[in-house]
Amino acid sequence: MTSKEMASKTPFYQAHVDAGARMVDFGGWDLPINYGSQIDEHHIVRQAAGMFDVSHMTVVEIKGNGARSFLSNLLANDIAKLQEPGKALYSCMLNPEGGIIDDLITYYLTETHFRMVVNAATHDKDMAWLEQQAAGFEVTVTERKDLAMLAVQGPEARQKTASILTAADAEGALALNIFQAAQIGDLFIARTGYTGEDGFEIMLPTDVAIDLWDKLLAAGVKPCGLGARDTLRLEAGMNLYGQDMNEATSPYVSGLAWTVALKDEREFIGRNALLAEKEAGPGKKLVGLVLEGRGVLRPHQNLVDETGEVIGETTSGSFSPTLEKAIAMARINRNVTGHSLVDIRGRKLPVRIVKMPFARKGSVCDGILG
Amino acid sequence: MKDVPGDMFYTESHEWVKMDDDGIATIGISDHAQGQLGDVVYVELPQVGDAFTAGDPCAVVESVKAASDIYAPIGGEVVEINEQLESAPETINDDAYGEGWLFRLKADDASEVDGLMSAESYVEVNSED
Repeated sequence: MTSKEMASKTPFYQAHVDAGARMVDFGGWDLPINYGSQIDEHHIVRQAAGMFDVSHMTVVEIKGNGARSFLSNLLANDIAKLQEPGKALYSCMLNPEGGIIDDLITYYLTETHFRMVVNAATHDKDMAWLEQQAAGFEVTVTERKDLAMLAVQGPEARQKTASILTAADAEGALALNIFQAAQIGDLFIARTGYTGEDGFEIMLPTDVAIDLWDKLLAAGVKPCGLGARDTLRLEAGMNLYGQDMNEATSPYVSGLAWTVALKDEREFIGRNALLAEKEAGPGKKLVGLVLEGRGVLRPHQNLVDETGEVIGETTSGSFSPTLEKAIAMARINRNVTGHSLVDIRGRKLPVRIVKMPFARKGSVCDGILG
Repeated sequence: MKDVPGDMFYTESHEWVKMDDDGIATIGISDHAQGQLGDVVYVELPQVGDAFTAGDPCAVVESVKAASDIYAPIGGEVVEINEQLESAPETINDDAYGEGWLFRLKADDASEVDGLMSAESYVEVNSED
């Protein structure tokens, strides 16, 4: 049996095929890479509204009297920041060495009920880790395989979504602040995303999922594939787990120091390792790169100094449709600033080191084009 | 698979070759290949005067998704490159068998194309997956 026959199908599978998708196996899921042109899909999200099937992502319910203390111990960011029902928190969960097991979003629903969304590619190890860490806390960890997820993203995403809801539901959806969610009818609507644009991520029962898709399609929201999702998140300076970070990299060398809450005495997994790393000074940093000339940056290209010594490596890289230049994320020696050289098939080409994001909210960010 | 021109020869690595009467071979990638690659954003072409034998890597076509090596389908010396691709690499997506050609070789031995696939064979090989 081939992997293709093994791949899981989301409730939107037939809709993808009907929309002319080129399907690929993505971590065991049959998902659309594009529906024709991934560059067109990228621009649609920067300029109007697109939708992504993200049903492969893992939704986990954390329930019980010990839910908050469990999460306080589990996450590098501080769950105490979530005090208002519906608010969301981005965080890493770390191993004791300070390496990133996964990055995730946690929603505060009630004092005994938090909802977590973790990556699909890390599903098995994440579930095992959560179960293992739950021992000793009054908490249950339950995966929600009965939920589909659709991300509607772009400057027109919220309005177009609201247009297919009842007046009361639309009002509720449009009232959501950034990083806030609410259960509205069948839909759990969160004002979050992975594109650098405004919009919603919507969780809903699989049996009504296609109805939402059809209505959004009729409202002019265009289906977009994993290809555009990757270039959008790269332009937005958002890390991809397994590519820009993994269990051997800490938040400090992954551009995620802002997600680490060390200030008070809170104990959490990885804290001691992070304190030690902070004390010693992290040797590397994650930066943005813009290729000055023609060509395309890719993951795992070496960065070198004038003598040819390797001083870093790209982690993600692609052609940026918004900049119309090649961009990348790279892990590089902390003291390097300004410019570097990238080795593309033996040629050493100049790259500019920039502060991410590269682009969001429809346009290129200040300072990115030099 | 879309129409595959009958007056060209094809490789397993998805290049096409069209021979003219003077022994000049025009080389490109198939429409099937451009579809697999997706939006082409950069093409690295050989230089006029470069000489290759069959199977040598001689160009790189990069889409948003991936970089793909292009191999010389037959041996020869590069006599012309498609300079239009520098500013408009997407031409390969739009017209893989026509305006999206990559370069032209003066063939060392025009009969080398006899070892390549016909349009019919190319379609047959690539409709199995």
